[in-house]
Amino acid sequence: MKGLDPTRRVLPNGLTVLAKETRTTPAITIYAGFHAGTLYDPIGCAGVAHFVSKTIDRGTTSRTAEQIAEELENRGVSLSVALNRHAMWLVCTCLSEDFEQVLAIVGDVAMRPVFPESEVEMRRSEIVTLLRQDQDNPASVAMEALMRMLYGESHPYGRPMRGTLDAAATISARDLQQFHQRRFAPQIMSLALVGDLDPQRAVDVTTAVFGEWPSTAATVAELPPVVPAAERRTQVISMMNKAQADVAYGFTSIRRLDPRYHAYSLMNNILGQYAIGGRLGDSIRERQGMAYYTFSSLDASFGPGPLIVRAGVSPANVERAVASIDAELAKLAAEGPTVREVVESKQYLIGSMPRTLETNAGIATFLQTAELFGLGLDYDVRLPALISDVTREQVHEAARTVLDPSRATVVVAGPYSGSLQ
Amino acid sequence: MGTLESESAEGSRAVATVPGVREEILDNGLKVLIQEVHTAPLASVWCWYRVGSKDERPGLTGISHWVEHMNFKGTTNIPREKVKGIIEQYGGYWNGYTWIDQTTYTETATRDALDHMLFIEAERMANGLYDPADVESERTVIISELQGGENDPEQLLDQELTADAFHAHPYRHPTIGWLGDLQTMTRDDLFGYYRQHYLPNNATLVIVGDVDTDEALRSAARQFGGIPASDRPKTRYTPEPEQLGERRFTISKEGTTAYLKIGHRAPAATDEDFFALLVLDAVLTGAKGLNLWASFRTPPPQRSARLYQALVNTGLASAVAGGLVPTQDPFLYTISLTATEGTSLDSVEEATLRALENVRANGITLAELQKARAQLRARLVFEQDSVSNIAHQLGFFETIATWRYFPAIGSRIEAVTLDEVAKVAAARLVSSNRVIGRFEPR
Repeated sequence: MKGLDPTRRVLPNGLTVLAKETRTTPAITIYAGFHAGTLYDPIGCAGVAHFVSKTIDRGTTSRTAEQIAEELENRGVSLSVALNRHAMWLVCTCLSEDFEQVLAIVGDVAMRPVFPESEVEMRRSEIVTLLRQDQDNPASVAMEALMRMLYGESHPYGRPMRGTLDAAATISARDLQQFHQRRFAPQIMSLALVGDLDPQRAVDVTTAVFGEWPSTAATVAELPPVVPAAERRTQVISMMNKAQADVAYGFTSIRRLDPRYHAYSLMNNILGQYAIGGRLGDSIRERQGMAYYTFSSLDASFGPGPLIVRAGVSPANVERAVASIDAELAKLAAEGPTVREVVESKQYLIGSMPRTLETNAGIATFLQTAELFGLGLDYDVRLPALISDVTREQVHEAARTVLDPSRATVVVAGPYSGSLQ
Repeated sequence: MGTLESESAEGSRAVATVPGVREEILDNGLKVLIQEVHTAPLASVWCWYRVGSKDERPGLTGISHWVEHMNFKGTTNIPREKVKGIIEQYGGYWNGYTWIDQTTYTETATRDALDHMLFIEAERMANGLYDPADVESERTVIISELQGGENDPEQLLDQELTADAFHAHPYRHPTIGWLGDLQTMTRDDLFGYYRQHYLPNNATLVIVGDVDTDEALRSAARQFGGIPASDRPKTRYTPEPEQLGERRFTISKEGTTAYLKIGHRAPAATDEDFFALLVLDAVLTGAKGLNLWASFRTPPPQRSARLYQALVNTGLASAVAGGLVPTQDPFLYTISLTATEGTSLDSVEEATLRALENVRANGITLAELQKARAQLRARLVFEQDSVSNIAHQLGFFETIATWRYFPAIGSRIEAVTLDEVAKVAAARLVSSNRVIGRFEPR
């Protein structure tokens, strides 16, 4: 099987280019990633990375914010800046005919942002508004509290991604410039270019735009260790102005490169993903009619990211929903999955790959994930075997290790004031 | 690619072809649209019904959406416990949605699943079970869906605005329904509504992907051909009478943030004014494109748009969004704004109305027209990136107008003139065509 077979080149300054030609549409997706996630926020100042993500494209040494907007938008392009714990991403799609000009602008934004004072002040008020909106959103409130309880304030995973109101008020243009100097450099950047273009041209244009950018000493950070919870912890955050309560229930799990990753991934699929919510969906939504949404998610990353169960329920059903989550987890841990569940989830995860890799954006995301974790250029070819080699016993072992209700962390945010067991 | 001369599957007649799309109507009236796209080994099936929340009568609001939920609960030949897993075996995705004009169901999976997808859709059309116990368990799921929406101030505001904008036309009630109706609707109401609307002659089946057109057509005829046609319900929709003056309301509720939403009555998709308004929206808030299924994935290019400049770049609002969706009857063009912390809604409203008054009086510039066209042209390309998105568009437009609308969109946009945009702005952005809603946090 040939697979995606992308072109990968490392420029002399350390920048990694990943290129893949497709002929679906006359368009190209540009997906530039930097090791500049929230974990690189200065100690005691959560929110700098987020602030950078809101201001990096608001002016460069040669273009004003208005010029950047005009040049992109005249071509129908909107540049998004996405952020997670580890990385910041500049993402856009353009018509093939506009590729060179658009990549030049993306390069300008990545290499030479100036964070003008007037823009910083303008975006500050947007960020404050965003933080205030989060405070009124039970799902955001529950998730932030859960991550804080799981990882603690001293671990980057436990800190609020968007920072705090106090920090947002004090972060300065200089803080943003310093963050950019520390975390934007070619040797900690990878650029995926997917679509209607020849891979050699992708490398050539990238070299023309980024080739002279000097590398720095910045490297990828080590994460502090994580101690799994030894007992059950619960927290209720009452928001009596709301109609529905959000439950966030979770554990710390494993790293992406842990050999048990595919067993965990299958376990998560069986628990809370397969066919709209797995066992959780079947119990809480289908059989008990308690929630419109319930699911689990696994975020295995550089550090042992969380395995989280979510549900949105009426306040009268909070205790019953949490008890049902407890019961489903305990059952999967005790008995393991059925043979059929393992077969079906494997078929699904393997069979869904053509869909995942259908669009340019889908391919770019896949290539960047493989690059980020060093999974190899042939990862799409190897993945089916990695999934199908997992045994039922390995999935059971994963469930036994992590799904222990007596060590779960449970947060409820919403119109509920009871005390949670 | 089919042609007029090509052989038809038994029990169907060839109607027309445009390059790429084959249209056939089965003897029972089911319209089938097939497009071959061979870029990935996938097939996408969408089955559309001409029934949405505008078809609902008082006392039964939300029934279209609830029927959609019930149609995932098993059929005569797909027992309840087998519903999940058929498509997943092929790595597939399935879903459905209901809105004001339409209800639709979709599967996208590897191409070898095509027969299974068609089987599921044929079963859904004819053989739904509507087990009373499932009706009760779904009642609380839907009420949970409604309450989840109420957690969001912007959804509350949207619901109130729509209700205020329409006094007579059934677009006025939310697709999720009013809580009181959701509490009292019965199994027989649901089943009766299902039987009334789920007819082959009230549906469009769309197949797009790595398929052979003739083969796919034969499969469709095999799966659906035996379902009898019946009289389509003759629903009449009360036309909304002329609005006599500006309407306003305020939601006062505990919260952290203030929101403003302005709705202007908009033309239907088939109205000549629609594309001029689409261009006007691109100038005011950035082009969104026309794919309801794809457009939410990427934000519009809006930083150089007029309202972004007037509201966000002045610090009055932290976000602005325009909303114009093709609909069968005249619906709404909405502008949604989030006030920045500490900014009064009065100043947000004043600046927005000033910008609208400016475009109403002076129209747009040639540079703006060219930019809007370029943006819409690019969005049309971007939203064609998957078999699922292509199939969605064919069925969506067939349900509200005709699928031929879809390939013509590009040239309709190119044909919009400065004068047409100025006229639509002058005619539509007037206070007597407007509803202003506020969410004031307490």
